[in-house]
Formats: sequence, structure tokens, C-alpha cells
Amino acid sequence: MTAPTVPTVPTLPTTPRATGRGWLRPALRSRRFAAGLALLAVFVLTAALGPWLADDPNAFTADLGQAPSGAHWLGTTQTGQDVFAQLVVSARGTLLIGAASALIATVVSVVVGIGGGFLGGLADEALSLISNVFLVIPGLPLVIVVSAYVKGGGAWSTILVIALTSWAASARVLRAQTLSLRTRDYVLAARVYGEKRWRIVLVEILPNELAIIVSQFIFAVIFAILTQAGLAFLGLADPSHLTWGTMLYFAQNAEALTSGAWWWFIPPGLCIAALGTALSLISFGLDEVLDPRLRVRKVSP
Amino acid sequence: MRYLLRKLGFYAVAAWMAVTVNFFLPRLIPGDPVEMMLARQAQSGPVEAGQEEALAAMLGLGHGNLLVQYGDYLRALAHLDFGLSVTYFPSPVTEVVGDAVPWTLVLVGAATLLSVALGLTLGTLAGWRRGSWFDSLVPSTTFLAAIPYFWLALLLLYLFSQVWGVLPLGGGYDETLDIGLSGAFLTSAAEHAVLPAATIVLSSVGGWMLGMRNMMVSTLAEDYVVAAEAKGLPPRTIMVGYAARNAVLPSVAGFAISLGFIVSGSLVMEIVFSYPGMGFTLLQAVQNTDYPLMQAVFLVITFGVLAANFLVDLVYGFVDPRTRQAR
Repeated sequence: MTAPTVPTVPTLPTTPRATGRGWLRPALRSRRFAAGLALLAVFVLTAALGPWLADDPNAFTADLGQAPSGAHWLGTTQTGQDVFAQLVVSARGTLLIGAASALIATVVSVVVGIGGGFLGGLADEALSLISNVFLVIPGLPLVIVVSAYVKGGGAWSTILVIALTSWAASARVLRAQTLSLRTRDYVLAARVYGEKRWRIVLVEILPNELAIIVSQFIFAVIFAILTQAGLAFLGLADPSHLTWGTMLYFAQNAEALTSGAWWWFIPPGLCIAALGTALSLISFGLDEVLDPRLRVRKVSP
Repeated sequence: MRYLLRKLGFYAVAAWMAVTVNFFLPRLIPGDPVEMMLARQAQSGPVEAGQEEALAAMLGLGHGNLLVQYGDYLRALAHLDFGLSVTYFPSPVTEVVGDAVPWTLVLVGAATLLSVALGLTLGTLAGWRRGSWFDSLVPSTTFLAAIPYFWLALLLLYLFSQVWGVLPLGGGYDETLDIGLSGAFLTSAAEHAVLPAATIVLSSVGGWMLGMRNMMVSTLAEDYVVAAEAKGLPPRTIMVGYAARNAVLPSVAGFAISLGFIVSGSLVMEIVFSYPGMGFTLLQAVQNTDYPLMQAVFLVITFGVLAANFLVDLVYGFVDPRTRQAR
């Protein structure tokens, strides 16, 4: 029999070392990962240095609704505010809300997913039922209704509401992984040694799920930024807190579309999409490193 | 049968939880929402007797202790008694929602089916020809997936109706026509649906494609595919009948998450197009602090998504016999 045409990749250790430099170097060799990281770095730097890079985003000038020019790189709004300055300053608000919501959602999903998977029994049944219910109930309508009820709660209420509706999917993934890990030999060995339960979770299980947690966190950031943009666009976020979403809200209210002010509503959306792409590229780059079968290579099927 | 009952039980619990969450949420409203609603309704016209009770029951803020309130709320819900809408006073909420449902159902339903079919087909081809030029295009779809739906909607609207002027600026149909099964109305409705549907398809097709592509790559390394190749079966049969058939399962199983995304995205998208569906109605309710309408829209959307997921679960049980046997 001839060799199969599809090369069978030798199964590499499925539990990669989560810490150390072991994974970073091959990851950087992945072009997707490097490109994503570079793009993300630009956004993070902008967010950190924004207020020093741009003029006051809320200052009114005499140039009303101007198209892009040398003086205003991205033109001005209907009330004469500089769009570029707003764009730069909004990066911080957008990233903060994205990162904070994702962090809370990830912590909840780790507690629910790993906790349920490890404890098993009734606790697991209850937790996984709750995650499944949260998974099938559509998030945005709930977020909209809650935001409309607690009107004017500021950035924190937005963060909490987004986190509340976005933890379920990753909790389910983590639970499945924990179920498979907890019967591995080294976990059983740790049990036999009489290790405390919290120590087994923190030392034996959590580090081996770090790759999944990081990837889930990245997608949670994307989800949070998209949801926040939607909420802000509907006028349900604090409009004094500048984000790309609130920029779009103001643009829509001033009928930037019908007046042809494309320089006002195109850049914020493009920034959201670019940031989301950067984060997905990082995540796919990590996946490729951790799962060699997904690597693009020239094969003739 | 066992599988069916278990799924049915799960969705019953999910529906009950949604209903209960909806019962507790109005407590977050500062002030007395019932008084506020009545005052607003009184401004628009005479308020019938019994409206106060209906409103209080529906918001779960009636008289008596929590259990009585909950009972009243459930009873009101069972009779679909959502009271009168403030925004569209004096139309009952059920009527307002009933008018909006078909628009969203047809638009989102058709666009989702199209997106799934397109995404799965393209994903199969990309996975089958891994490393080809076509496959290298797949990562670019992540850009599409990261775009906010409503922004893509703005962009399409700007290009197609402002700049090129080929498609209408918004709405669900030409309002000079009567709603009905006439040719003129259907053409107009289809014309108005092109951009909203394109928004949904463009934004969601990437996710289906990527998932399918990655599963194809994994499946193609399986022994049964190698065996099929060794037997000398035609490549088409292997691609569709052996690889794609198995690779599609995770996409079907992950439908719940994707559907949530699509529904959420299209709600905001509808607002951009002033499309007379659920999203637009929800925005009207939010802008006019119309709590009864908000509650009704939330419940209808949730129940719709639950029903769709239940249907997909049934399909999944049919295409993957293992789920029927397990436990």
C-alpha cells in the first residue's frame, strides 16, 4: 500500500507549556500572529498616549462639517470638532470597556467552567444548565433592556451588563476541557498524594487550560467592543464617555450619512473592525502554534 | 424520543428562566414605572379603567407579596396581556409586536439560511484545497466578522443609496403601496430587503466558513478519508460524502451561539435601515421609555431564538445518530 497522500502529522504533546518563552518564538514566526500583535500594539499605544497625541476632542472650531484636509486630517463634525482627535482619544475608552468586560466575563467563565467540571455531580449539573441557558438566550436584547432600565449608570454598568451576557460560551468550553483533564494520570496522582482540591485546580488544571482561557479572553474582548459599540450607537451608553461607538451615535444623530460626511462615520467603524481583526489574528496565530494541524502548508489533497 | 424529551425539558427551563429574569428586571427602574407609564398614556388620550392593574401585573409590580406578584405576572403573560403601548398609544402592545415580527422573521431567517449555505460550501472548498489561493483568502473573513453590523449597514447604505442611488434609503417597503400579496408590494419589499440581507450575510458568512474550513482540515486527516482515497473513490464523493458530512457537525452544534450573534447584530442593523422589524420597534420602545413594549419585544425575540435552537437540535439529533444514543 502506498503512503497516504494526506500527511499524518505526528501528534505533538497536546498540553503545551503555558508559561515560559517556549511558545512565543514559534508564535512570532507565524505571520498572522506577528501582524495581529503589531496592529494591537498601535492601538494600545494610541490608547495610552491618546490625550497627548491629539488636541482636545471636544473643542469647537469655526470649521463646521469640513472634509479631510491638512488642518483636520479626518475633517470635522457638524459642530466643528476634529474627527481625528476624537478617534484617537476614543481608543482609550473603547479598549478599557472591552478589556474590563472581557476580564470579568473570563473570570466568571473560569469559576463556573472549571469549578463545575472539577466538582462534578449536582454542582456541575446546575452550573452547566445555567451556562447553557445563558448561551441560548440572545444577549443583546437583554443588554438593551437592562441598559434602558438602569439608564445613566455610566461606563461601569455597561461593563457589567456586557460581562453578564458573554461568559457562557467559554464556560462551556472550559468545562469540557476540565472534564477531560481531571481524569488524566497526573491529576489522579495528585489526588492520591492527598493534594488539596484548590491546589489541584490552581496548579494542575488551570495552567493547562491557560491557552484556551487566553483565546476565550481575546474573543470576549472583541465581543465586548462590538456590543459596546451597538449599545452606544443606540444611545444607551454614557455619551460623555468618548468611544468609537459614541462617535457613531453622534454621527448618526447629526445625519452624517445623508449629508455625505463619510469622514465622520467611516473611521470609527474601521477602527473597531481593525482592532477586532488584530485580536482574531493573534488568537488564530496562537491556535496554529498550539495545534500544528491547522498550519497552512502546501499539500495536494 | 428520550433525546427529544431531554431537549424539550431544557428549553422549558430556559424559557422559564427568561420569563423570570424578565419579571425581576423592572425592579431596576428608578421611581414608580407604573405611575410614569399611566401619566404618559394620559397625555396621549383617555386611559381605560383596568390599565393600571394590567401594567402593574405585567411589570411584576402589582399588589401583594412577591409570590402573588409573580402569579399575576404569569397569568398576564399566559393571556398575552402586555397592556397598551405608550409609543403607539392606544394600540395594544401585542398588535405592535405582531406587525413587526414577520419582517424580522423573513429577513433574518432567509439571510441566515443563505449565509449558512454559502459559508459551509466555501468552507468545504477552502478546507479541501488547503494551502491554495482560495484557502489563503479565508483569514481575510475575520475582518468581516469583526465589523459591527450596524456600521457595515451604514457603509452599504451610504454607497448604494447616497453615492450610487440604486437602492432605497430605508424602510421595509414603499409606503405609497398597500401591504398585501400584490406584485408591486412584493417587489418593493424585496428591494428594501437587499441591503439588510447583504449586511447579515457579509457579517456572518466568515464565521461559518472558518469553522467549516478548520473542521474539514481535521476530518481530512481521518483514517476513513484515507481509506476512501485508497479505494479510489472520486474526489467529489470523498469531499462531500465523507469529509464534509462529518465536518459539518460542530457547525450545526454551534448554531446557538451564531444565531445569538446574528439576531443581536440584526436588531441594531434594522435601526440603521429603519426596517420595520423587532429591532426598530425595540429602539422606539427604548427611546420612549415604553416598558411594556420593551418587555414584549424581549420575550418574543427570546422565545423565537429558543424555538430556532430547538429546531436545530432536532435536526442535529437526526444528522448525528450518536446524540440520540448517548444516555
